Amino acid sequence: MDVQPLIDQLSALVPGVELSPCPSADTEVTPALWVSAAHIVPVCLALRDTPGLEYHAFSNVTAVDHHPRRAPRFDVVYHLVSPHRRARLRLKVQLGLDQPIASVTGVWAGAGWCEREIYDLFGIVFDGHADLRRLMMTEDWVGHPLRKDYPVQVRKDAQTYMPLQITADEFRANMERDRYSRTRQK
Amino acid sequence: MGLETDLPEIPVLTTTIEKVVTWSRRSAIWPVTFGLACCAIEMMAMASSRYDISRFGAEVFRGSPRQSDLMIIAGRLSRKMAPALRRIYDQMPEPKWVISMGACASCGGVFDNYSIVQGSDQVVPVDVFIPGCPPRPESVLYGIVQLQKKIDATKLRAS
Repeated sequence: MDVQPLIDQLSALVPGVELSPCPSADTEVTPALWVSAAHIVPVCLALRDTPGLEYHAFSNVTAVDHHPRRAPRFDVVYHLVSPHRRARLRLKVQLGLDQPIASVTGVWAGAGWCEREIYDLFGIVFDGHADLRRLMMTEDWVGHPLRKDYPVQVRKDAQTYMPLQITADEFRANMERDRYSRTRQK
Repeated sequence: MGLETDLPEIPVLTTTIEKVVTWSRRSAIWPVTFGLACCAIEMMAMASSRYDISRFGAEVFRGSPRQSDLMIIAGRLSRKMAPALRRIYDQMPEPKWVISMGACASCGGVFDNYSIVQGSDQVVPVDVFIPGCPPRPESVLYGIVQLQKKIDATKLRAS
């Protein structure tokens, strides 16, 4: 699939953006684009809001670590869907170590947990994310396990206690609310 | 017919409290419904009619840890799951037993990596380890019989 018309359209909409076609195995279904890291949010906004593009649905965002084969070691990969046009699109951004990228949670709120997962497992920081905490690993974990230079085997004692995330009063209030809703249903 | 024909003249048996208690404990080991991964499929097969764990009195999988005697750790235990597993174990009333089912629960199995606890005995005390990947239902039945033997041999102590 030829992505050149899309590149021309986006270049006109977002001044200063660097776009280039990216070869992909499933290019007939999901064409792919390289996007410069500084322009990811304006590009996403243009893709969402421009009539004729209408990528309203955010599928997912993930990351790839190419260490030590490539110098900017990370790829951040966005998958977008346009339900009206039945079209898909993949955006790729190259990132170096300790280089942050702007969060797209302002464009699609659903990106939040995906970005938390990437932050947890790859250590990529998303600027503008409201709640950038670890998602998969425990909160006191050291390191980012999906980086290629992370050790495979980790010897660490398992955590056996985790405090409840609500207070006793909140728990009681939840129970009362639940009981009330059950009696209302009868 | 049946037991009645063999009853002694005075229908009384003498035994020890210890024997009665351990017999009743081992005859109704109710496991908590707690499946972690693919081993849980074999655990469910063991509860179904083909293998029929109810022959050993252990077919009642309870939905609440407060009604259960046995926890079968069926599958790989991730580090994030370990506090939850410990909490469920702590909620079970004494006496309670733990079976570590399969390679992953016993030693991490093939998942020798950052996310899996390398042996569930780091988190809870385990009574019986069952090898296999996953163990066949017969193996789990054998493990439960071994646990019954262990309970039979338990001495009652005033704590």
